[in-house]
Amino acid sequence: MRFLFKTDYEDDIRLFPHSGYVASYGLLLAVLLIAPYVLSSYLMSQLVFVCIYATVGVALMILTGFTGQASLGHAAFLAIGAYTAAYLQKYNVPFPVYFLAAGVLTGCIGALVGFPALRLQGIYLVIATISFAFIVEEILARWESVTNGNEGLRVKAVSLLGVTVSRDSPTFYFLCLAVLVLTIVGTLNLLRSPTGRAFVAIRDSETAARSMGVNVALYKVKSFAISAAITGFAGVLFAHKLSFISPEMFTLQLSIEFIMVILIGGTFSLHGAVLGAIFIVMIDPFLTYLKDDMPGIIAGIAATFGAGTATAANIQSKVAAFASLNGLKGAIYGIIIMLFVLFEPLGIYGRWLKIKLFFQLFPLYKRATFKRQKIYVKSERNR
Amino acid sequence: MSYFRAENLSLHFGGLKAVDAVSFAVEKGEILSIIGPNGAGKSSIFNLISRIYRPTSGRIFFEDQDITEEPPYDIARLGIARTFQNIELFENATVLSNLLVGRHRHSSTQLWQELLFLPSVRAGEKVHRRRVEQVIEFLDLEPYRDKLISGLPYGVRKVIELARALCSEPKLILLDEPSSGLNVEETDDMSFWIRDLKNELGVTVLMVEHDMTLVNRVSDRVIALNYGRVLVMGSPTEVQQHPDVVAAYLGA
Repeated sequence: MRFLFKTDYEDDIRLFPHSGYVASYGLLLAVLLIAPYVLSSYLMSQLVFVCIYATVGVALMILTGFTGQASLGHAAFLAIGAYTAAYLQKYNVPFPVYFLAAGVLTGCIGALVGFPALRLQGIYLVIATISFAFIVEEILARWESVTNGNEGLRVKAVSLLGVTVSRDSPTFYFLCLAVLVLTIVGTLNLLRSPTGRAFVAIRDSETAARSMGVNVALYKVKSFAISAAITGFAGVLFAHKLSFISPEMFTLQLSIEFIMVILIGGTFSLHGAVLGAIFIVMIDPFLTYLKDDMPGIIAGIAATFGAGTATAANIQSKVAAFASLNGLKGAIYGIIIMLFVLFEPLGIYGRWLKIKLFFQLFPLYKRATFKRQKIYVKSERNR
Repeated sequence: MSYFRAENLSLHFGGLKAVDAVSFAVEKGEILSIIGPNGAGKSSIFNLISRIYRPTSGRIFFEDQDITEEPPYDIARLGIARTFQNIELFENATVLSNLLVGRHRHSSTQLWQELLFLPSVRAGEKVHRRRVEQVIEFLDLEPYRDKLISGLPYGVRKVIELARALCSEPKLILLDEPSSGLNVEETDDMSFWIRDLKNELGVTVLMVEHDMTLVNRVSDRVIALNYGRVLVMGSPTEVQQHPDVVAAYLGA
């Protein structure tokens, strides 16, 4: 087991605590860089979505995981980013310019949403952000001169330095990966500087944060703005990847998926945002696979247990009907969230930490190390 | 002119007068304790000073500046730090980052600089880290640096609260029941630290406390409150022996 001897204050500040981190992240980056030349085009497409979802996940992690302000309105921020890009592209604005413009505009709108949020907490804030998302969705549908209403907008391929980058090309994937990596590095920088600590302080005790000199209102607005801006950047990539955007893509369902990214991945950590994004993006093809293949498999099992051909066909059609029920996907998502909240509140990343510790301490690992305990010293006063 | 002054400070919740025309002054470099039975308004006075509550009437002055209308976060900026009766630490953060939040009033970096972690931010972080280390050494917190607050015992948390307040390098520190929930040994340590605050760091201390041994040991002056009013002000022994104080605690 490795024991870190700190000999310099720099040891507490640096991004990679020791060489092991450099090696493993270097390896991960190398794998990600050769991925487009190895993986199938379908998996590459999924990987691009993982990058985009992870970017939004990191954005939401800043707001919800680190500042403690829940939001179910991130689909709206994504939409604002996407539509800004699509609209500006029509007027031949170059990619870098509308990419930045989308982030800045979304950031400003995020700050505006942050202001009313100053007086709201917990569930009320969630309701406020949902309302914001509905307002945006409605505006997208009605403001036809800009958004083309429900018919949606086509988004042309990225043109970068005179070269057209198709949405399926490795270059587009590298672009998404670069945005994700830069977002993560920026966020890590933020977290190890005064602003990041102020965010965490606000999450854990607003009273104490205030009495330590943190301007709570200002930092909440900052957090909203940063989170929205990053989501706006992700929105541009999202629009390009889909090559067509319309209001019904940015619904509450999408916001819930983003919340799931951080809940399932593990709140309080950036690893969680990435792991959650992988989970959410990959669960969709998995569910489709189940939907297509499960009826046949179940009918096959029934047949081996002696059910007649007619009964088996009957079972198959019933299972198929059940699998294609409307809203089944939402129900499955709901069950997954519930299971995670109940059994692994720290998400996939929490589970990974436990596995890692198991091997570090082997054979001394004790289950009780991670037993959840109720601690009764937190004051609820002065809230 | 006094270092810190409260003039006719009142806080009314409807008909209830939690604090009723309280006036007192704290001299630079002294330790002033506020005592009184439960509900006498001691913590309310602290909450008025740190602007968690807005006073119904009255004024507060610090270093000859009227701070009654200052926003809460500027109180820390002026050099007034506080601890809380029922520990208000940042539970899901390490001791180190809790203490670094105490340094917030000294940070001057801009958001964009922090996103890029420019050399100026790095230099600032190192200064903060060094100051925090001095406080850690002062309060013997070395074993806990990288521990999460949520895993620490009550006594240690109490010290960390004091440490966080000290990290902001305050001129005046408000201690809200520093010994509540501590055992005899920990209370002893606390009393030495409070004396050291004054003697070594030159911090002025305003303290609310129930433990009379601690009050006697550290205080230069004591104010006794009851029903939001000042009963007596004077040296610890004077106040304790005053008939009104005895009556307030024991009933007449």
